[in-house]
Amino acid sequence: MEESELMKNCEALIIGGSAGSLEVLLRVLPALSPTLSFPVIIVVHRKHGTDSLLPDLLSGKTSLKVKEIEEKEQAMAGTVYIAPSDYHTLIEQNKTFSLDYSEKVNYSRPAIDVTFQTGAEAYKGKLVCMLLSGSNSDGVNGLKSVKAWGGITVIQDPETAQVSYMPAQAALQLKIDYTLSIEDMADFINLLS
Amino acid sequence: MYSEVSLINDEQVEILLADLLDHYGYDFTGYSRASLKRRIIRLYSLDKALSFAEFRYQINNDPVYFKRFVEQITVNVTEMFRDPVFFKTLRDVVLPKLGTYPFIRIWLAGCSTGEEAYSISIILKELNLLHKSLIYATDLNPVVLEKAAQSMFALSQMKQYSENYIASGGQLDFSSYYTANYSLAKFDDELKRKIIFSTHNLVSDHTFNEFQLILCRNVLIYFDRDLQHKVLQLFDESLQPLGYLALGSKETLDFSPLSKNYKRVPAEKIWRKVS
Ligand SMILES: C[S@@+](CC[C@H](N)C(=O)[O-])C[C@H]1O[C@@H](n2cnc3c(N)ncnc32)[C@H](O)[C@@H]1O
Repeated sequence: MEESELMKNCEALIIGGSAGSLEVLLRVLPALSPTLSFPVIIVVHRKHGTDSLLPDLLSGKTSLKVKEIEEKEQAMAGTVYIAPSDYHTLIEQNKTFSLDYSEKVNYSRPAIDVTFQTGAEAYKGKLVCMLLSGSNSDGVNGLKSVKAWGGITVIQDPETAQVSYMPAQAALQLKIDYTLSIEDMADFINLLS
Repeated sequence: MYSEVSLINDEQVEILLADLLDHYGYDFTGYSRASLKRRIIRLYSLDKALSFAEFRYQINNDPVYFKRFVEQITVNVTEMFRDPVFFKTLRDVVLPKLGTYPFIRIWLAGCSTGEEAYSISIILKELNLLHKSLIYATDLNPVVLEKAAQSMFALSQMKQYSENYIASGGQLDFSSYYTANYSLAKFDDELKRKIIFSTHNLVSDHTFNEFQLILCRNVLIYFDRDLQHKVLQLFDESLQPLGYLALGSKETLDFSPLSKNYKRVPAEKIWRKVS
């Protein structure tokens, strides 16, 4: 895979996903380098009240530190952060997280759009956002913001997605920088470091 | 209702915050910016403002619009018996302890449209403590307080609230607490009798009483660490020894120097003032 100049500056990776994305995470996380030079922030739609389950599940799959986001926490390199259920996760200019219990966006809380958009403004050209399998279009507007602020957009190849709607919508509505199969994702992420 | 590059930039947000402080004495400078900015942009596009200059002028010169602005940039979303397990702990652990006192004074700070206040009132009634309790339900925003005082909520929410109520340990028929009126559920006046709704700004107003229980849930997440410390200090001053402080499910006392004086109720965001 080619390395772009831009990608060498990656300061954060945000991954958004919905239906069918857990399986992707479970395959990608084990292959990630244990010394990533940026934080990995994961926003997936899930049921309220199942909070500690996802960090537990994912931390068994990687040697990177995995934790649920706490409000006002600083995003650190080499850590995988999971957005809590039922709150929106926002990223501040000083790279700390804020949680917000405002209205659902795209019928979702957390909404991928909210984290992508605030992340885009905080990290600007040094952000990579990746949208995975899912059945609504949450995340698509967020990717547009990422583009507008100079970041890099990535989608799961809709052909490989359990539910293709979300990445397919993204590809329809904007020019995506990279379209990846599940097999290529870990290599791609490791190369950003 | 979104923009690729913001309709309003960071400097403009700061200008508006400075205006609010100068003209109205409302200090939002200690609020987390990402959320605030998102709300301001949301309102800007919702109200189809023509330019930043026009938007700013209206906020500064039209008191009615100013009210709307404050209402819209703060997050007012709430529910009855939200986080049922929390209310179960109130019912099973905290309130029975306080029930041994001759009188229970409760401060519910950031009560929004009142759903939480009526939930607590229902539990107090079921524990047979309502007659000797008083709930001070406060918020900075007069608009939500007016709504709260009407004790009417959307009927469409009642199924969810009834489920929450049962999950929180409620055993009665939840619908016995309200009468359906078109699309609204009007809650019994009895529940309201022991609630005092009034404005109080956690940023600038002082303590106004001593309480055995203070609840402030999902308000501190909007504040930066300094303001959180300041507000926790205010709660500490307002809490009687052995009183309880309850925060939202993502909020904590851990980072405050005050935490050494408190003992946490296991598994809940509730702390007891032990010294
Ligand atoms: C998300 S609601 C929380 C409602 C309820 N406590 C709950 O957890 O469901 C936040 C409330 O805090 C209020 N608020 C924000 N800043 C405040 C301040 N400085 N003083 C008092 N209330 C404030 C807002 O007006 C809003 O009603």
